[in-house]
Order: sequence, then structure tokens, then C-alpha cells
Amino acid sequence: MAYDKFTILKSSAVPLPIENVDTDQIIPARFLKATERKGFGDNLFRDWRYNPDNSPKQDFVLNNPIYSGKILVAGKNFGSGSSREHAAWAIYDYGFRCVVSSFFADIFKGNSLNIGILPVQVSPAFLDKIFTAIEADPKAEIVVDLPAQTITIAATGEQESFDINSYKKHNLTNGFDDIDYLQAMKGEIAEFASKSMY
Amino acid sequence: MSKVPATLFDKVWDSHVVRKIQDGPDVFFIDRHFIHEVTSPVAFLGLENRGLKVMFSERTFATADHNTPTINQHLPVQDPLSANQLKALETNSAKYGISHWGLGNPKNGIVHVVGPENGITLPGMTIVCGDSHTSTHGAFGAIAFGIGTSEVEMVLSSQCIMQPKPKKMRINVNGQLGKGVTPKDVTLYIISRLTTAGATGYFVEYAGEVFRNMSMEGRMTVCNMSIEMGARGGMIAPDETTFAYIKGREKAPKGEAWDKALAYWKTLKTDEGAAFDAEFTYDAADIEPMITYGTNPGMGMGITRHIPLAAEAGGSKSSYEKSLDYMGFHENDSMLGKKVDYVFIGSCTNGRIEDFRAFASIIKGRKKADHVTAWIVPGSHIVEQQIKDEGILDILTEAGFQLRQPGCSACLAMNDDKIPAGKYAVSTSNRNFEGRQGPGARTMLASPLVAAAAAVTGVVTDPRELIA
Repeated sequence: MAYDKFTILKSSAVPLPIENVDTDQIIPARFLKATERKGFGDNLFRDWRYNPDNSPKQDFVLNNPIYSGKILVAGKNFGSGSSREHAAWAIYDYGFRCVVSSFFADIFKGNSLNIGILPVQVSPAFLDKIFTAIEADPKAEIVVDLPAQTITIAATGEQESFDINSYKKHNLTNGFDDIDYLQAMKGEIAEFASKSMY
Repeated sequence: MSKVPATLFDKVWDSHVVRKIQDGPDVFFIDRHFIHEVTSPVAFLGLENRGLKVMFSERTFATADHNTPTINQHLPVQDPLSANQLKALETNSAKYGISHWGLGNPKNGIVHVVGPENGITLPGMTIVCGDSHTSTHGAFGAIAFGIGTSEVEMVLSSQCIMQPKPKKMRINVNGQLGKGVTPKDVTLYIISRLTTAGATGYFVEYAGEVFRNMSMEGRMTVCNMSIEMGARGGMIAPDETTFAYIKGREKAPKGEAWDKALAYWKTLKTDEGAAFDAEFTYDAADIEPMITYGTNPGMGMGITRHIPLAAEAGGSKSSYEKSLDYMGFHENDSMLGKKVDYVFIGSCTNGRIEDFRAFASIIKGRKKADHVTAWIVPGSHIVEQQIKDEGILDILTEAGFQLRQPGCSACLAMNDDKIPAGKYAVSTSNRNFEGRQGPGARTMLASPLVAAAAAVTGVVTDPRELIA
């Protein structure tokens, strides 16, 4: 699945200072019934975002017009639970391109990188600084520079660097995916398979 | 020159690396790929859009489970979206020559139940599925883990995924489990100690006396929930218990192939002196029947204890309070005696025959509490048949329970089996997340014994009080 190339993202951010946000919250199971990848953004954080009668919950951050942007900033251990890639699709479809947290669950992190969302893991102290900056100014601009592997709070200049596997970085900056890579080595895979015990 | 001691995980992982990418992931070969109706349709669409084929259809197995009803499975599926996904799995499987166990097929059931019981899951294999509880198959000494839909497309088209090798953790539990303490309690105990993020980035090997003495069903329950502490997967070295379970199953090796496989399987253990990146050791005597009180599987405790104070619980106070508020519980509450509205026994965690035997051991000679709705859902048709053959169905019926048909059911409530908002469920499944069992549902995770005790008393009850 092709996605937009990721290089430098400057944007305001949406704060979600909750820990252990699991993928059932990001998109509940009852919205996984589609056979095509579209429309998942409408149900992003469905049960935190809407009342049972489908009216928006006023106290949920996505319903607060003072917050917007392509960056979601969340508490530690974001994306735990189910392997459903639909969670990453919903985040992407809603318009986020980057999720910042002090800790990510493994499968969610992998799914995000595979579909063009950059998960940026920062220190707990820097995460607090971002939340503070957004509290001071809901339009506070965050700069995520993938080539330089840095994240900066524009107003204060505070900066931290983040890790990313160089292969994944190359893919994201060029809009490539793993399937392209694997298709180019099918001969090698077939030979490997022919020697497999099973 | 002597060889460097290797772990079980190293042995299986390293033998499946097709290519190592400098500063990148390994190109990792997959022996068995399970697919189901929810996470595969977009992957098949991706194949079609790219004009790709399934590279090894004989290594791929499809079963319908997440969306399937648990009553009247002979009738058309009512929910049009569910019916559409089930149809897509059937159509895609037929188009690409993939074995498909749909509704009505005698081998149908939950993917992580039918893989092992049909001998598809074997020691030393690499197994993936678009479902996080694929870690279940690690009970056989396989490397098994959940993947996303992009990876499902990768495996369909190339039989490989791109995966950095995780770090290694060993968890030892030694000693003897006490009365009423089951494998589910062992795993809930470990997760309560490590938290839901405690094993993120690791692959776990479970070792020690408790796992050596455990049945295959019990080992599957433990490995199943490895994902709930953040681990990519968990595994247990295969032994005589493993070999005895596999022998004679439909797709297991036979004759000479069996002898050859067995000789290989016996090499699958961690060498003396092999290094782990992290190691934890627990004493079986410290483990009680467990129950969760919060909204993630790490929020569990011994059933006789009190809910921890926010200050003791770790993590952010507001997230902790949000969780207790959702559950309608308070710090320092006792869980014993809390009213239970629903009981669910089933799922890929506790939907195997041993779980129904345990459930029935407490139900026998008692009656279902009037106000409790119980959903008793076997993990597969084979388990359903065992329940009937062993007389468990008679015990259930006499106590006022009904047996449903196999599927994932109320574990994730994608079908009609949803716990209503605000109601309390004791569930043998794997997740107590907000809304997991239906919008507003309140889930307490526990063993089949705790579920049985709740089903007959109507409140959270220590099962040890009901064991003769």
C-alpha cells in the first residue's frame, strides 16, 4: 500500500495524556468488518469520542476545536493489545502522520511504519515538555525531522533525537515498502523454502 | 572449538533467516501462515492491486472465527458486514488454493485452537497470523507471533516478513502450584508483576518445574497471553508431553517422517550457559487464583486481596483512576462478593477441553445462579465433541447451562455475543480493555475455576472454597 513520503513534518499536535492506550480504544472490534481499507478515521477512538447516541463527547480531545494537527502525542505504552493494523489505518485516515509517546507496543509500532506513520519515541521528560508546551499554547508547533532524527518544540527550541532503524527510515523517506523488497528476492526465498524441514 | 551456547529461541530464529540486512531487519521465513476473515481481506486486495500471487498456498490455512455466531450456525449469518467478510475469506481461499475451514466445516474453530489440535503446529516452526494471540503456538517450541495486515500481504506474496530479531527473556516459575491454581493464574500473576509493557521488545522462554509439569493446554494458555505483557511471543521447549500431544494428529508427521522430526525436536532446548537479555524467577507457592480489577491485563491480583491504592499501583494516577472509574470499583475494595452478571468461558486462551473439564469440576452437582447469564463456547468443533463425549455436557445441562457453538464470541464481541454496558463479566478470555466485550462492558479476567465459582454463586468467589 503506497503512502505519502515522510521527511520533515511541522505541525501543531493533539494531546492524549493517557497511558496504556490499547488498540481496542483506537478502533473497537465492531468496526473491523470492512473488506477494504477506507473510512476507518470516522471511528478512531469511537467510544471515547462519541456517546452511545452518536453525539460527540465534548470532553474528548478530538472534539475540542482548539486542538488540531498531524501529530498525536500520547502517554506511555501506546498501541498495546490487538495486532489489528486497522488501528494504524484509523490514525492515518483521520489525518495523523506521526504519533509521539514515551513507549510504544511492538506490533503497533511495526504496523505504523509499514503504512507510513512515524512513531517517535521520546524520553518521559521530553514527553512532559511537549504536553506542557501544548497546554501553554494549543497551536504550539512541533517539528519532526526524520532525516535528522530529531523532534523539536518550535517555541522553546527544546529538542531530542529519536531512534529509527535505517532500513525503515529509508523506506519512509522514499515511500517504499517491504513487499517491493521481498518481491525482488523471490528466487532466494524459493531456494530457502526447498531446503526447509516443513 | 566449542559452539557458543544458544537459546531455544536463537536456534529456531537463526535457522529461518533467509537474508540479514545490514542495520535492518532480518528477512524471516515463515513455515505456517494462519489467516482469518478480519485481517486478511485488505491483504488479498493488496495482492490483486499489485498483480501478485500467493507464493506457497500449501503453507497457508484459513479458518473463520472472529465474526461467527455461536448459535444457529447452520443459518445464514445475519450481520451483512460479517457475512461479507466470511464470504471474502471463502472466495479468496478458493481463488488462491488455500485450505479453508469455514462455518459448518467439522474442523472449524478458533485459529489458535484448530492449528494445534490438527497437528499443523509443530516444534521448531515459525508461525504467524494477523492476530496477536498467535503467540499461543509457542507452547510447542515454535516461534509464533501476531502480525499486521501489511505483513499478511507480505507472507502471502513471499512467505517472509521483515523482522528485527527481538531480545530474549526467560521467565522461570519453580515449585508446585497450590490447590485451585491453574495455568491462567500463572500467566495473570506474571503479567501483574511485569505490567502490560514489561516484556515489550522481548521474546519470552518459559522455563522451570511449573511449565515442565503443565499440560499442553495449560502451556497454550500461558503462551497465548505473552502478548499481554508486551512480548512478541512466548515459547516452551518441546518435551515428551509435547510429542505425546502431537502424535497421531491428522497433519502430524507419520512413520519415518515422525522419527526424523522427533530427532530434530529433541535438539530444541536452551543450551546450558546460554545468555538472556533479561530473566525473572517466581515461586509457584506465591500464586493464588487471580482476578483482574482494572482495564488492562496487568491489573490483576490474588482473588483474596484488595484493589491496590493508586499510590502503590505505579503509572499515572489519572490513568489509574480512569480505569477504576470505568469498572465502577474503588481503591482498597475487596473483589470477593462483587456481583457478577455474565460468565464467559471460551476463547483462544481458555476454550480447550481441559478448561471445560475444570469448569465442570466445580459445576457438578450445583446449579447456575439465577441472575447470571453464562456463555459457554468451545474453541472448536473437536472440543465441542469432546465436551459431549466426556459427559461434561450432561453436567452443564443439569446445572442449567447451555452449550454454544465454537468461535471467538464474547472475547472481542465482533459477533452478537456482547456484554451489555455497565454489566460485570467474569471472563476466561485474554483482555479486559474498555469495551472489549461490548461498549461499556466491565470485564474481570480469571481462570475457568473462578468463572465456574462465579457462575454458581453469582458473585466473585474463591474457587478453593468450592473444591472438595
